[in-house]
Amino acid sequence: MGLVFQYPEHQLFEETVAADIAFAPRNLGMSEADVDEAVREAMRVVDLDYDALRGRSPFELSGGQKRRVAIAGVLAMRPEVLVLDEPTAGMDPRGREEVLAEIRQLHEAHGYTIVLVSHSMEDVARFAERLIVMDGGTVVMEGSPREVFRNREDLVRMGLGVPQVTGLMAELAARGLPYAENVITVEEALHTLLPALLGASGADAGAGAGAGADAGADAGAGGGEVGE
Amino acid sequence: MNISSVAIGQYIPGESLVHRLDPRTKIMLSLIVVIALFIAKSAWAYAALAALIVGTVMASRVPVKMVLRGLRPLLFVMVLTFGLHLFMDPGEPIFRIGKIVATDKGLAQGLITVARLSLLIMATSIVTLTTSPIAFTDGLESLLRPLSFVGVPAHELAMMMTIALRFIPTLLEETDKIMKAQMARGADFETGNIAKRARAMIPILVPLFVSAFRRADELAMAMEARCYRGGQGRTRLRQLRLGTMDVAALVLVTAYAVAVMAVL
Repeated sequence: MGLVFQYPEHQLFEETVAADIAFAPRNLGMSEADVDEAVREAMRVVDLDYDALRGRSPFELSGGQKRRVAIAGVLAMRPEVLVLDEPTAGMDPRGREEVLAEIRQLHEAHGYTIVLVSHSMEDVARFAERLIVMDGGTVVMEGSPREVFRNREDLVRMGLGVPQVTGLMAELAARGLPYAENVITVEEALHTLLPALLGASGADAGAGAGAGADAGADAGAGGGEVGE
Repeated sequence: MNISSVAIGQYIPGESLVHRLDPRTKIMLSLIVVIALFIAKSAWAYAALAALIVGTVMASRVPVKMVLRGLRPLLFVMVLTFGLHLFMDPGEPIFRIGKIVATDKGLAQGLITVARLSLLIMATSIVTLTTSPIAFTDGLESLLRPLSFVGVPAHELAMMMTIALRFIPTLLEETDKIMKAQMARGADFETGNIAKRARAMIPILVPLFVSAFRRADELAMAMEARCYRGGQGRTRLRQLRLGTMDVAALVLVTAYAVAVMAVL
């Protein structure tokens, strides 16, 4: 099991990127050849260029790169389960997208089980297969994001809320627009709304929906957790 | 790493007479007592000073346990010096272990040294135990101000002390976090010889320094954003003022210490 803490780049200490990633496998007592192999693999998985970056100091990299080095430092132990605590905290939108895409990649292409702690309902809706809501140290809800986000009032009361688009769709439905059962991503919303809007203006609804959206693109990591 | 093992700035709030004294009074008096402890020669002089210090501890109503806790880190040094005096000083032999001889003069000197060390620590820790860190640094700044004519940066020194005290718990928390993160990567801090353990500290110390420098940068910026320009022209909400009790305490304790030195 690999544990990636909040702001994992704060744990970097070695002189080179490769040496820092090698810290965990060395502690596990791997041979030098295995350590090198683990470092290469971990860097490939998080999309860092081994040849270009291995000799650089981790302290001169960009914020997003530092974070990926730190995550690679945990992946180098080859855990089966990866626990990430707010892996996108304090990052700009592009960095967040990159890190989240990599986490999805870890799950889908490399078979890791991911436990992701997050306060971003949008991210959770897009990535999680199973969602556990915690409040005051206890589990209060559990299920697929779609099921959990049904409890809008409860989630708002806990200071969490639902994805913006879920709230929007609920409000629109209350004003008479077609309501699909619990929309949680923008793509789904588009898919639901487009036919209705195009139909209202007389265009071909079917074509519009097909071009506009790829609904249900939110399969993702093996589990999501909303920490409190 | 245990927070309570750090005795610095361990202020216990209270309403006792000792708490209400001006911090400058307390700092000056503890300085006088410390000097007296170094000058004192006879056992009677130590007894008289011990009575003064114990009396102050009682009057402060600080739990005795807290005062004694300050002695713990020096326990080893005390045992060592006591042993060295007991067995190394020349004098009449009292008993012997193999070839090493314990002497009567050594015993007396050892006891006096231990008493001096314990009383030194108690005399200073009663000040920090009854004075909030802010009052303490204010008092220190005020006492150092006359020295600024010879180039002592009184305000800056006091501010550095305040900041250092303020960041001790923060740094401990940070250390704890980094240790956990490195342990999650299989780091081992507990086994091995001294050299190996010292090397095991590198993965903690490097991130700790990096974050301390980052914090210092941020703090400097936050202070400047609130118009900090050093101590010049700064006014205070709480002015330090010497009251009747302060004058009385200063006069009485100084007289007592001088009398003890002169008579005993």
